[in-house]
Formats: sequence, structure tokens, C-alpha cells
Amino acid sequence: MSQTLSASALLAVPLAPLAGALAAGILGTSFGGNWIGRRLSHSLTILGVLVAFIISAMTLKSVAIDGARFNETLYTWMNVGGLKMEIGFLVDGLTAMMMCVVTFVSLMVHIYTIGYMEEDEGYNRFFAYISLFTFSMLMLVMSNNMLQLFFGWEAVGLVSYLLIGFWFNKPTAIFANMKAFLVNRVGDFGFILGIGLIAAYAGTLNYGEAFAKADELSKLTFPGTGWMLVTVVCICLFIGAMGKSAQFPLHVWLPDSMEGPTPISALIHAATMVTAGIFMVARMSPLFELSDTALSFVMVIGAITALFMGFLGIIQNDIKRVVAYSTLSQLGYMTVALGASAYSVAVFHLMTHAFFKALLFLAAGSVIIGMHHNQDIRWMGGVRKYMPVTWITSLLGTLALIGTPLFAGFYSKDSIIEAVHESHLAGAGFAYFAVLAGVFVTAFYSFRLYFLVFHGKERFDQNPDAHHHGHDDHGHHGEHHAPHESPWVVTVPLILLAIPSVVIGFMTIEPMLYGGFFKDAIFVNLEKHPAMEELKQLFHGPAQMALHGLMAPPFWLALSGSVLAWYMYMVNPALPAAIKRMFMPVFTLLDNKYYFDWFNENVLARGTRLLGTALWKGGDQKLIDGALVNGSWKLVGWVSGVVRRLQSGYIYHYAFGMIVGVFVLMTYFVWLNR
Amino acid sequence: MTLTLGHFLSLGAMLFALSVIGIFLNRKNLIVLLMAIELMLLAVNMNFVAFSYYLNDMAGQVFVFFILTVAAAESAIGLAILVLLFRNKSSINVDELNTLQG
Repeated sequence: MSQTLSASALLAVPLAPLAGALAAGILGTSFGGNWIGRRLSHSLTILGVLVAFIISAMTLKSVAIDGARFNETLYTWMNVGGLKMEIGFLVDGLTAMMMCVVTFVSLMVHIYTIGYMEEDEGYNRFFAYISLFTFSMLMLVMSNNMLQLFFGWEAVGLVSYLLIGFWFNKPTAIFANMKAFLVNRVGDFGFILGIGLIAAYAGTLNYGEAFAKADELSKLTFPGTGWMLVTVVCICLFIGAMGKSAQFPLHVWLPDSMEGPTPISALIHAATMVTAGIFMVARMSPLFELSDTALSFVMVIGAITALFMGFLGIIQNDIKRVVAYSTLSQLGYMTVALGASAYSVAVFHLMTHAFFKALLFLAAGSVIIGMHHNQDIRWMGGVRKYMPVTWITSLLGTLALIGTPLFAGFYSKDSIIEAVHESHLAGAGFAYFAVLAGVFVTAFYSFRLYFLVFHGKERFDQNPDAHHHGHDDHGHHGEHHAPHESPWVVTVPLILLAIPSVVIGFMTIEPMLYGGFFKDAIFVNLEKHPAMEELKQLFHGPAQMALHGLMAPPFWLALSGSVLAWYMYMVNPALPAAIKRMFMPVFTLLDNKYYFDWFNENVLARGTRLLGTALWKGGDQKLIDGALVNGSWKLVGWVSGVVRRLQSGYIYHYAFGMIVGVFVLMTYFVWLNR
Repeated sequence: MTLTLGHFLSLGAMLFALSVIGIFLNRKNLIVLLMAIELMLLAVNMNFVAFSYYLNDMAGQVFVFFILTVAAAESAIGLAILVLLFRNKSSINVDELNTLQG
């Protein structure tokens, strides 16, 4: 193990944002007496994240170029019956890349927030939250054991909850953050069961030690059943990933999380936190590789998410929700890649997606600022003229998202499709179909959004709800005037994110997928799952791949999706309404999001409440309160009432009682000694 | 006709039964109650003496002396309580004395 990475420098990476968060959150709010103002609190938090980003970038450099590795435990929290609970860092290619993505996107979002939250009262609080999020996410990705992973996992969940409900006066925001929290609890339940099973059977929480026992674990079966232990562990862990990465059927919280401010939608609900599940599965690849059943499960869930969530994006009218469903669909792609054992491809897509989706969200936020907090794309149009920087960067982000050759998204998405094509697991056929169809759907909804917002007639004067603004309403703009370009703090992050969205795929595909960048972080059983090996043989450099991509079906599907969007929303705008009338049942199904919310509210939530009421009335009030608590005093009272009659107070009764007692005793003894 | 153990035991049993009936049927006088208890002890003594004689074991008769002593002390205490009770309640009617009920 090379020692070019120092523990103190690594420690500074999560602690610098934490210090910024504490400064802004305690000193900058009424909680700590408003000691520091807006300017100082955003400077401090940005400084913290900047420090983290610089050290992360240096770490990435030494990991990628010098081959440095770091795996040490820094602090032992406790030692319970041989199970060590520790805090430590594991830095390899996967971690270093995640650190850079998290800190870079976080830095961009911090800068962007200066412009976006300008008028908000909770300015300092917001900065404290996003810095705290950066700390939690870094703890999650840098961890070398499952306990710290779980800590980070829960901490990002907590900050996500706080930020979705950032505008806590808004009932919909409170409903959405509660929903996100509860749905994530379902996932975390599976996750902690998985960790518990590993702790029980491997006897350790440390990644390296647990993976070293993977072969032993693969021979065990789950007690009482014939199932492989590893399958159960992996499916439990994946249920955790399903909650955090919003996979079907635990995806319901992500669209609602758009109630939060746009910067956090970009940071948490697109670029970093929701990809924690993907990261975790990639990190646990030595375990997932042992179970084909779990991989099939992962792939099918991912494929369902990738395709069906894309459909929902088509009919949404809220600019942020379209992007949110697109995020769901892209997370599905990553999950499919995990299922196909192409972990490095999934992580590669995670990285490219982090850049272009953060870009799209921030651009959407910029449009929202320009439109005076109207989020309904039906009342936008023609924004291109007024917001040139936002327009160009959005276009680049959209092209990257749909997988235009040479753009970042092309390399990652095409690799995923190829990897699924090469996979031979059960469900791979369905997954291949889903990701291919998903390309068309992605192109269609992305360009629908793009055309409706940036091109066509200017419709922002026709908004019937102009006087009570959309979701992001936190300022007052009485008059409706033309949109304007956002300030430089908003546009600079857009430009800085647009650059990697375009070039990062071209630059990094070779080392990340086919080089040795992930060689000791991700384990693939090449004999059983040869997809990556076959991909490697087909790969002849990124330029060649782009050229080849021009002739492959995904490109033509994306192109036809884009052209269809152009035709339906630019050339013949009456067509969508006609189609909607023709396929009313389908539209209703999509409009109600496949009735998942209905199902959750009416069956799960109401069922749980009914069960709770039944147990409360029947179990608690009747059985425990009625029978046990009240019943026992009633019984004692009744017995006492009977016994009281014996206490007549007359001496002759007592004397007679004694005599009878002596008789009984004597009779008993005589009987006994007979 | 000779006196057998059965006769003595029958006498003891009769005395005992008399005293039990005395305790139970007595509704008027606490002194009668005390006398009934004495009578019960005497019935027991009768049994002791009879068995002592027929088994040729002196221990039974020694025991009788002890019981008589204790019975005398008991009657003395009982009568003293009775006097105090009469001073306080002006009555020794058993039916009225139910203060033990609490």
C-alpha cells in the first residue's frame, strides 16, 4: 500500500465542509445569535467545500497516476463482543472518483445558491444544510466499513429530509419530506438487515475483511431455507439501494422531493445522494458477484425503473418534475448496469450523469428564476432569446442526456446497453429491450422539455396562475415582465458543469472502463459474467466508439425521439392534445403515476392505520387496559368483597374457624400418615 | 362392665363437642365463651390422661399439668380483658362485640 496519501489530509476532506456547516448553521442563524452575516456564511461554507474539492482532486491525481491507496482505521469507536465499530477511510479509484464528483458538484451548487436563494430568509440555514450534506456524503463514500457507510447513508437521508422541507411553511413540502423519509425507512430496513447478516456471518464490518470471507459466505445457506446466504444478503442490501436510489417500487419519494429548492434537487436528488445506492452496490461487488439471483433481481428492477419512469416524464408539465423522472430513469440505467455485472459502467454513468443532470437541474433553476418562479413549461417558450447562457448549457446537457455521440452520456449509456446485451442472466432480454426503448423515451421527453421551454411561441403572459406563483414561491414579484438572464453566480456553475458534461466521457472512458482504474475497487467474476471482457474486445478507443455509435440502434432511436418531439411540439402542436384524447386511459394511468401513490396511501398507509387502530382498540384498550390492568383490580376487588364476609368481628366465628382449621389440618396429617 | 379407653375417649369427644357447640351457639355472654374454651382444653386433657394411662407413658400426664397452668393463665388474661371490655362498652353481649371487624 502506497503511503502518499496522508490520513490528516483525507480527514480534512469531510471535516472542512462540516466546519463550514457548523459555522453557518450555528453562528449564522438565530440559534447562535446571528453572529455572522450572509456574506460570511456563504464564504465560509464555500471555502470548506473548496478545500475538500482541492484535496479530493489531489487525491484523485495520486490515486490515478501514482497508484496510491489508503485503507486505515483512524478511530475505534467501540468493540462489542469481537465486533469492532470503527471509523476509517478506504481510498481507491472508486472512492477518489466519488469524492471528486461530490465535492465538485457541491461546490458548483454552493456558488449557484448565492444567486438562487438570494431573497430567501433561510439563506444561512440553507448553506449550513448543503455543507452538512457534503460532509455526510463524503463520510459515506470514503468509509472503509459498513457502519460508517450506514452513518453516512442515514445522514444524507436526514439532510435530504431537512432540505425537501426547507420551506417548512408549505404543507406540500412537509408532506413530501415526510414521504421521502418514510419511503427511505423501508429501504433502510433492508439495508440494515443486510449489514446485520454480514456482521453475523462474517463477524466484521470492515469491507476488506468481509470480502476476504466472501468465498466462505458463498457456501452457506440461509437458516431454515434452501436459499443462498449471499443472495439474501445482496437482496437486503439492494433493498437499501432501492430506497436511496429511488428504484421501483420505492421510487415514489423522488418526484415529490422536487418541493425543495432547486439547488438541492441538483445536488442531492440528481447528482450525489440518489447515486449512493449505485455506489454501495458497486462497492459490494465481491458479494453481488456471488449471486446470479440477486444480480437478476437488480437488473429487472433497474429495467422497470429505466423504462416506466421515463414514460412518466413525457406527460409532466412541471419543469423540475420532468427532470426528476429523467433522473429516475437514468438511475434505472445504472441499476441495470449493476445487474449486468458492469459495475464500472454503472459508476461511469453515475459520474457523467452527475455532471449533466446537475447541469440540467441548475439550468431548470435558472429558468425558474428567469420566469419569476413559474415552473409550468406550458407557460414558458422562447426563453432562448432572453437567457442565452442557460439555453446553450441546457442544450449541451440535453444532448449529453440523450446520448449524442461524443457527449458524456453517450459513452456511459451506450456502454450500459452493450453490457446488458452481453449479459446472459435471467431477465437480461427484458432489460435490453427496456434500456433500448428507454433511449427513445429519454430523447423524446428531454427534447419536449427543451422545445417547450426554449423555443416556440412565448407563452409566459398566458399563465392563468400568474398571480399565485408555482412551487418555488418564496419572493414577491408583482408584475410579469420578460424573463432575464440569471446573475453570474448562476451562469458560471452552469458553464463549469457543461464542460465535463461534454468531454468527461470521451476523456475517461478508456481508463475507467477498460484500464485498471477500478481494478482493486470492483470485483467481477469474469468467468461467470464476461460482459465487461466482451465489451473490452469491442472497444477500440472513444473516437472509434462514437463513429460506431452513429450506426447503432441507440443513436437512431434517440434521433427519432428528438425528431418526434420536434414535430409534436414545434411543427404540429395540436398533435399531442389529439393523441392525449385518443389514448385517454393511458394518459390517466400515467397522470396518476401508475397509481402507486394511490396504492401507497389507500392500501399501505390506510391498511397500516387500520391495523394500528385495531391493535389500539382491540389489543391495547380491550386486552391490556381492559382485561389485564382493569381486570386485575376488578378481580382483587371481587375476591376481597367475598373474603370480607368472613371477617364478621364475632369472636365465636373466629374461634370456630380455628377449630375447623385444626380439624382440617389433623385430618390431613392423619390421612397423610395412614 | 370395665372402663375401656373407648369410654374415656368418648367422654373427651363429648366434652369437646359440647364446648364447640357452646362456642358456636352462644349469643349472649362472653363468659360462657371463655368457659367453653376451658372445657375444650379439659376435653383435650382427658384424652391425654386416658392415653397416658393406657400406654403407660407419664409424659401425657406431665403435659396435662402444663396445659392446666397455661389454661389458668389464659383464663386470668381472658377475664381481665373481659373486665376492661365491660368498663368500656358496658356490655359483654357477644353479638354486640364485633369491633374486630375493623
